[in-house]
Amino acid sequence: MTMAPQLPEKHYLNETYGIRSWLLTTDHKRIALLYLFSVTLFFFIGGFFAMMIRLHLLTPSGYLLSADAYNRMFTMHGVAMIFFFLIPSIPAVLGNFLVPLMIGAKDLAFPRINLLSWYVYVVGAVFTLYSMVNGGLDTGWTFYTPLSTVYSNSAVAPAVVGVFITGFSSILTGLNFLVTIHTMRAPGMTWFRLPLFIWAHYATSVVMILGTPVIAITLGLAAMERLFGLGFFNPALGGDPILFQHLFWFYSHPAVYIMILPAMGVISELIATFARKKIFGYHFVAAASLAIAVIGFLVWAHHMFVTGQSTYAALVFSFLTFLVAIPSAVKVFNWTATLFGGSISFDTPMLYGLGFIGLFLIGGLTGLFLGSLGTDIHIHDTYFVVAHFHYIMVGGAIMGYLGGLHFWWPKITGRMYSEWLARLAAVVLFVGFNLTFFPQFVLGYLGMPRRYHVYPPEFQVYNVMSTAGASILAIGYLLPMIYLTYAAFYGKVAGSNPWPATGLEWQTASPPPTENFHVTPTVTWEAYDFHNRPELGLEVPGGAAHAPAHGDD
Amino acid sequence: MHRTGELYGQFKTLEQQKDSANLGMWIFLVTEVMFFGGIMLVYTLNRHVYFPAFAMGSNTLSLKLGGINTLVLLASSFTMAMAVWSAQVGKKQLISMFLVLTVLLGFVFFGIKYVEYAQKFHHHLVPGRSFDIFYCSNHPDKCGDISAEEMEVERDLLNKTVALDPDLNAHAQLYYSAYFGMTGLHALHMIIGAGLLFWLLKNSLTGIYTPQWNTPVDTVGLYWHFVDIVWIYLFPLLYLIDRHK
Repeated sequence: MTMAPQLPEKHYLNETYGIRSWLLTTDHKRIALLYLFSVTLFFFIGGFFAMMIRLHLLTPSGYLLSADAYNRMFTMHGVAMIFFFLIPSIPAVLGNFLVPLMIGAKDLAFPRINLLSWYVYVVGAVFTLYSMVNGGLDTGWTFYTPLSTVYSNSAVAPAVVGVFITGFSSILTGLNFLVTIHTMRAPGMTWFRLPLFIWAHYATSVVMILGTPVIAITLGLAAMERLFGLGFFNPALGGDPILFQHLFWFYSHPAVYIMILPAMGVISELIATFARKKIFGYHFVAAASLAIAVIGFLVWAHHMFVTGQSTYAALVFSFLTFLVAIPSAVKVFNWTATLFGGSISFDTPMLYGLGFIGLFLIGGLTGLFLGSLGTDIHIHDTYFVVAHFHYIMVGGAIMGYLGGLHFWWPKITGRMYSEWLARLAAVVLFVGFNLTFFPQFVLGYLGMPRRYHVYPPEFQVYNVMSTAGASILAIGYLLPMIYLTYAAFYGKVAGSNPWPATGLEWQTASPPPTENFHVTPTVTWEAYDFHNRPELGLEVPGGAAHAPAHGDD
Repeated sequence: MHRTGELYGQFKTLEQQKDSANLGMWIFLVTEVMFFGGIMLVYTLNRHVYFPAFAMGSNTLSLKLGGINTLVLLASSFTMAMAVWSAQVGKKQLISMFLVLTVLLGFVFFGIKYVEYAQKFHHHLVPGRSFDIFYCSNHPDKCGDISAEEMEVERDLLNKTVALDPDLNAHAQLYYSAYFGMTGLHALHMIIGAGLLFWLLKNSLTGIYTPQWNTPVDTVGLYWHFVDIVWIYLFPLLYLIDRHK
């Protein structure tokens, strides 16, 4: 690679111009960018509510917000982040962009349905935003009845309708991915040559297809109850609030796997690329994705251990919860084993990958304390839970999302970002994240309840640490938004395979042409096969491939 | 935009396109199973808990009208299957004819549903402030469409049921919430299905469906059969269980 790479003359970004060519596009790559814009918007919105929470919790008696206002803050933080940021993020942005490229296809199976899924997301978002500007809602993102259906004085109905609608966006995306992966793989791209990113998205799509319709009907019934007085979840009318909880969690637990499985797929790509080694135990990692998806449907009542359900049922759910940790552990072991004997470089995506492994490990292990009946009684509904799921969703899923954005940014934009700034941001994020959420484990164990606007004064020091961490975290998030945007226009031209990596997406230009590949590739190599790919320009003297020098800055 | 009948750009072969459409519709139907399954679960659990009230509810539904609707839908599935067959053997006029029959049968279903819903409305059996399971029994003159004999049976059943469940009115309201929820959701899906059938009809009249390419007929057929199967579940669940002679 002696000559500086050039941007291709025609690619998906400049082939057509104008707002209509974007709003009526059926190109999966452009739709991915439409989603990038929307989910980033909701990340800001959710982040704003997080900021309100953390500022308010600086003092034990809470001077910033009333109890009612505080309830609205944490509710809207959850709704915005879960339904409108985390669930779509990796599948709708990275998945949409990469699934056809990785399997050698021209587009997804149903490009118009792909565009429809974005519009459905937008319509749902509008309803929810309407709720947010009309006083918001105060029920918690979990919408427990009868508070949400009868007693709450907040804008529950539009928010519930909004989430209901956006669920269909998820279903359509999952449907598209499943059909695409089944029917549109390039010649030679057999199932076990697929990148693990694809396996992860396949498993995620299974969860989306089976789980999302259940939350749809649940929220539909809840909306009917709120608007028309139906009584299924209202004890005063003979209904059962626990029925709501079962139905709600039947989706919402698998939903957390919708959030983490794609991130795990990203991590497999990052670790393989920056250790220059194929993922250890490829088949096991692929199988683990499917196992997580399946077993994940069997554990929902571990959110309900304190509802008075039968101890025998709780026992079974606790056992299954421990079981679902096993495939996740298999993955962590396999990623770690991949590092052993690899030729490791600490490019930014690798920093995110390594960060993911450590933080996901902590998040996952603390899930076991929660999944075990005795200890859960002590820590249920405390900050221990909050810390646990933020370690997984922020330390895990968001790290995966950012790592993926950085890794594939050169493919998406054709340009490289500033490496030192990106590494700095990754470190700032890691420090900020841990400072924000580790004290929350301590708080939870000491007994600070979640969703309370006040707390005992002896907990203040941990809360202050947490808020300080959150400010650092905010800076860590702002930095990539600035330098990635800058790089998209002014960054150094990256070429088709700057890392280099082994996936099919790197065999086409950066940015890719609209039709992805000028000639449909025929695949004759295994996934992550650094040894048999001399064209990648990596030296393989009997051992692992060596990293080429990065001369970008 | 692509014209119907052509190979779309993202596919390599017509076969791949057909397979994708088929798989896509099957996966969509799986999501529909999960969707209807949720409300059927709610119904089943409540039926178990409020057995007397729900049994009462079932007895206020017309077996005759529900039975006719079941036959109508089964017939419409037959005519839909015949439309698919006609496309496969290239009998283009028959495709349109069978689609028309399917739509007509669908409208018969809607008509009967309308009659049932209207009856419920007049008998104060729509959930809400004026819901009253005892309305017809207390005002037989207002419920003229129920014969004296049927009224006797209903009154008798009401008395027996209220003895088992003093909160009969509240729990019967749950039954009717489920009834309107499930049949309403089903009717909504049928309306969408009817829309799809009109679209197919419009295209079939141009002769575009051939034995080589009739994927939309096939795909909509799958959807229509699914809507039929949902009714096959709803009919026993709502109408047939615990009927008293």
